[in-house]
Amino acid sequence: MSSKTTSYIIKRIILALVTIWVVMTVTFFVMHFIPGGPFTSEKAVSPSVQAAMEAKYGLDKPLLQQYATYMKGIITQFDFGPSIKQKGRQVVDIIFDGFRTSFKLGVLAAAWGAMAGVVLGAVAALKRNTVIDRIIMVIATAFISMPGFIVGSLMLLVFAVQLRWVPANGSTAAGLILPVIALGLSPMANITRLTRSSMLDVLGQDYIRTAKAKGVSGTKTIFGHALKNALIPVITYIGPMLAYIVTGSLVIEQIFAVPGIGRYFVSSIINRDYPMVMGTTIILAVLIVIMNLISDILYKVVDPRIDFQ
Amino acid sequence: MSMFDKNRPFSLQVNMDNFLPASDEEKEYMVQMRPSTTFFKDGMRRLLKNKVATVSAIVIIIIALAAIFVPMFWPYGYEQQLGNKPGQAVDASYGNLKPFQYGKTEQELMADGEVIFPHIFGTDALGRDYFIRIIYGTRVSLGVGFFASIIVLIIGFIVGSISGYAGGKVDIIIMRVVDVFYSLPDMLMIILLSVVLKDALAAAIKGTFLESLGSNMISLFIVFGVLYWVSMARQIRGQILSLKEQEYVLAARTAGAKGKWIIMKHLFPNCIGIIVVYTALQIPSAIFTESYLSFLGLGVNAPMPSLGSLASDALNGLSSYGYRLVIPAVVISLIVLSLNLFGDGLRDAFDPKLNN
Repeated sequence: MSSKTTSYIIKRIILALVTIWVVMTVTFFVMHFIPGGPFTSEKAVSPSVQAAMEAKYGLDKPLLQQYATYMKGIITQFDFGPSIKQKGRQVVDIIFDGFRTSFKLGVLAAAWGAMAGVVLGAVAALKRNTVIDRIIMVIATAFISMPGFIVGSLMLLVFAVQLRWVPANGSTAAGLILPVIALGLSPMANITRLTRSSMLDVLGQDYIRTAKAKGVSGTKTIFGHALKNALIPVITYIGPMLAYIVTGSLVIEQIFAVPGIGRYFVSSIINRDYPMVMGTTIILAVLIVIMNLISDILYKVVDPRIDFQ
Repeated sequence: MSMFDKNRPFSLQVNMDNFLPASDEEKEYMVQMRPSTTFFKDGMRRLLKNKVATVSAIVIIIIALAAIFVPMFWPYGYEQQLGNKPGQAVDASYGNLKPFQYGKTEQELMADGEVIFPHIFGTDALGRDYFIRIIYGTRVSLGVGFFASIIVLIIGFIVGSISGYAGGKVDIIIMRVVDVFYSLPDMLMIILLSVVLKDALAAAIKGTFLESLGSNMISLFIVFGVLYWVSMARQIRGQILSLKEQEYVLAARTAGAKGKWIIMKHLFPNCIGIIVVYTALQIPSAIFTESYLSFLGLGVNAPMPSLGSLASDALNGLSSYGYRLVIPAVVISLIVLSLNLFGDGLRDAFDPKLNN
């Protein structure tokens, strides 16, 4: 690894740390701008009860001290404080409850989306300017333009409500089929387009002609030479894809009633459970930032020729 | 015929043959075959040649015209509950009408021979005409998309041009800030800001003219302004950086032109292509985000509909009223798809350098 690569990686890690700090700080201060604090939506309580609750949650202390306590809690103990609406439960426990389901959903969606996207993109590039290519590109363009929640709701309508092929409730294994498909469609469409254009680029390179000229078989040229190199630019999409899957799953879980983080998050938005909103935002944001970091570094390590100013 | 005559090598005598009047055939070379074209005309020609982009533009124009003009003559209002007349008991027969069905009193009037304007898409659970709600939802989506993009453009242009023009330390600092904004998970930050602004703004704007716009709508604009300017700023910075090295900028500076003049007279006009293209591509992404937030219940304030909130409301009666989901779904997909295709066409037409 050259020193240039190392210094890029160090810079990138610093940027990620700064971003995470900004997310935490913005989340904390933004939440404290809410007029009257988090208890205003509660039923009318006597001033003494109000004061007791604020003391319990540390809201009577100066803002900067609260900030220091909150940050310290997160960094040293992974402590996001107690949930306001779900009495007696810690935010972090609620999030980890939903995490297993959300993780399964996200990984399956990303996996099928990426595989289908690479296959479709490669086929489109190999059959360029034919009917097959056109059809694949029309499908890809359509799914890029359709918001995930629209695709999800329409799939729910057609396959679960009208045709009754799968249950509409996503808490069972069969019920996960639709959300996984719906969540993977947009990544699939994006990867299809990326793979196609980079595959076309690679197929025009000299080393492909060399491989063909020296008698390497067609399949071996495609898989051993072309596809391997065509997939490098696709690595950059891993970060944005994860960001899409995380935010997309918020609505998809809502539509299909999947008991994951997304549903807790949306219901905490509706219930104004501010510690839950803060905790979930920070955990998901850190996840996205780290995945972006990994995908950028991976890209640089796989192809050191790439120069990021 | 050559000027050089072999027989008289030292003669300076002019060969008069070279000074004969031009023949008609020779004159033809000088005739302008095509009138000179401007950058704008050239781009428009390329754009109109692109069939996909032209069709997309027509679709957008039709949808936009419908969103603007249909409410002017449509007999029903978007918040008008048809079965709910002042001083009378609520007429439940108006709720959940299927397309082209009529309420009880309407049927009586029709029996008397009166013509009643049909409910093309039926009514919703509260007895509101669904067609006009779709039209208003489209209006909200297009309006939010357009104005949010303008906000993004203004902020992005100011920051990008300062960064690109000033260079040096200013540029480095601005670009580090841009880097951080760029790596923020935008959707999560948008959700967070919307949750908070929705509450904070409602109190702040009470009694002002902004109240009619709704706290959610204003928070949407603020959120777009705060988060989406970064990629616009990056594009404009890049363009300015390459433009300011051009000779004509050097010439202007030599002649004593100051920063503001150079930006407005030389750099801005040459950035217009990229500005138009990236503003156009921003619109569908803003519409996308607005509908996503509306779907989560963070969009425009009720009773104002948005395509996202209409789709989200439709989920409750999915088994009997599936079309109430399909209609807003089709409209929003059509809008985003045509705007994307049109934006791509614009990019190919007005930013030919980038395309290669």
